[in-house]
Amino acid sequence: MSTKARVGSLSQIGTITRYNFLNYFRARRFYVMLGIILLISLLLTVLVGYYRPVSFLGIPGEPVSLAVLGFYGAGWGGFISLVVIISAAFFGGDAISGEFQNRTGYFLVPNPIRRSAIYVGKWIAALAASTIIVLIFAAIILANGLYYFPGNVPWQFEQSVAFAWVYLVAALSLTFAFSSLFKSSAISILMSVILLLIVFGVIDTVSSVVVGIEPWYSITYGAGIVTNILSPVFPPHMQTQSFGSVLGGANRTNARFEVTTFNATVPEGLEILVIYFIVMALLGLWLFERKEFTS
Amino acid sequence: MEAVQLTKNFGSFAAVSGLNLKVQGTKCVGFLGPNGAGKTTTMKMFTGLITATGGAALINGVDVTKDKKAALASCSTLIETPEIYSALTPREALSMLCEIRGVPKAERRKRIDESLGLVKMTEWEDKRVGSFSKGMKQRVNVASTLLSDPEVIILDEPSTGLDPRGMAEVRSIVMSLKDRLIFMSSHLLAEVTEVCQEVAMIDHGKLLVYDTIENVTAKFAGGGGAVEVGFTRAVDEGLVSRVSQLSGVQTVTRTNERHIVVRFDPNLTARDKLFEGIAGLKAGAVSFEQSSGLEDAYLSLIKETL
Repeated sequence: MSTKARVGSLSQIGTITRYNFLNYFRARRFYVMLGIILLISLLLTVLVGYYRPVSFLGIPGEPVSLAVLGFYGAGWGGFISLVVIISAAFFGGDAISGEFQNRTGYFLVPNPIRRSAIYVGKWIAALAASTIIVLIFAAIILANGLYYFPGNVPWQFEQSVAFAWVYLVAALSLTFAFSSLFKSSAISILMSVILLLIVFGVIDTVSSVVVGIEPWYSITYGAGIVTNILSPVFPPHMQTQSFGSVLGGANRTNARFEVTTFNATVPEGLEILVIYFIVMALLGLWLFERKEFTS
Repeated sequence: MEAVQLTKNFGSFAAVSGLNLKVQGTKCVGFLGPNGAGKTTTMKMFTGLITATGGAALINGVDVTKDKKAALASCSTLIETPEIYSALTPREALSMLCEIRGVPKAERRKRIDESLGLVKMTEWEDKRVGSFSKGMKQRVNVASTLLSDPEVIILDEPSTGLDPRGMAEVRSIVMSLKDRLIFMSSHLLAEVTEVCQEVAMIDHGKLLVYDTIENVTAKFAGGGGAVEVGFTRAVDEGLVSRVSQLSGVQTVTRTNERHIVVRFDPNLTARDKLFEGIAGLKAGAVSFEQSSGLEDAYLSLIKETL
């Protein structure tokens, strides 16, 4: 019998990452995702070039620093959340559930490797594939920005790209946790998209507008820093707007209708995203460790 | 490999119940039982695919539940019909396993070449697995168990999905594997008889017998004879009853829709009369085959199929 070296978990994580990335890179979904990004970028490029909207290129006479911020705010800020959510769902949504549904887990798991090494390796591979998508989108926006505002890249854009990456990390942890929860790939992908695209948005609105409580527990609230950093003035943490007199009840008292909106500060937003990353990564791993390969 | 009071419950259903079984040495042990007996569940517990509710599954003295990585260090497995990442080629998939299992870098290419050669997949080594048939994938799965020169190999119905030539090739591969312990489940008793030296039979999650095939056959096959009779039409209860009433017949067991196994009195000398009797029922009997000793023992020990 041949001599076999005991392989360390770090080395095994590297192996899982490499082959999963290769699998992602060759899979149709990577190119579908790439196609979606290129389509969004192409539409932006063509429409901005043809219509030259003021929301992107600024009002004539406006300071360039404001106009350039407006361009990145509209082009990058308007779409990056969607790109992050779709990437996380595409690459993370079925990463674990697929091992059960597609039975690839039967090839991988009954080997001298901890499930945690498989989980971490797959997570890193998904992060690498998603990061490529986000960076391609950033590069296209940057190329457009440099075309309209040569040599003028605001520091806020650089920070926004970094925040978007942190959001991607947190969103991937969330989708991996969902992927560990369900055995069906379709359900885990769908749940991830619905949750990130709709449910958290509703929670944010209901929590702040209806109840007046800061939605500090919501990932999309924390991710607000990705776009808010591109505002000429960072929005205030808490803002209450009053709307005229409202007839209230039989006494016809003059009641005021107030709407409170919250915006996470940069440290708070980063804190929320990092906590999401840690908690969801541990939850997903815990679920995967306990999940059984039953037919 | 040792199962100590190994138990697995799915809710209130006990799939494996206090299983005690120790197999050791270098040989092939067949693991037999009807559908739902707990064979695959037992194997999954030994490979970390599911966790035991109680007891221990030990490989080389290490409990799989407590330290799967150490327990499976010298063990390779093939449970059910695994799928391989569809965008990888067999060579890449096997390289991944070589790296995970610690096959030295210098040996990897040779080992992969040998393994793929044994399962006749060399020609396909650089094609993506996604385009393969079920049988081709199973050949790659079989190759994966040979990569790291393991001391213990756990095979759960390795012939599943293979054509007759593929089945024969797997049998030949298993028989060629010397100096290691092979624990193999199968529904093909002829395959087990050909390949294995010992058998363990379980039913309803409990071990019925574990011994050499010779001893199991001698103890449980009975002194009488048995024939498998094939019919052109489905066998119903009426036909089973009519065959049972023929002179010299001890038991009649329906093995599938169109086959029965007839056990008859060992002292029955005029067997041709029995065959004539069955043919005389005009129920479409078309074949008579001597039942194997292991099959006879199996049917004697296991009365129900579920």
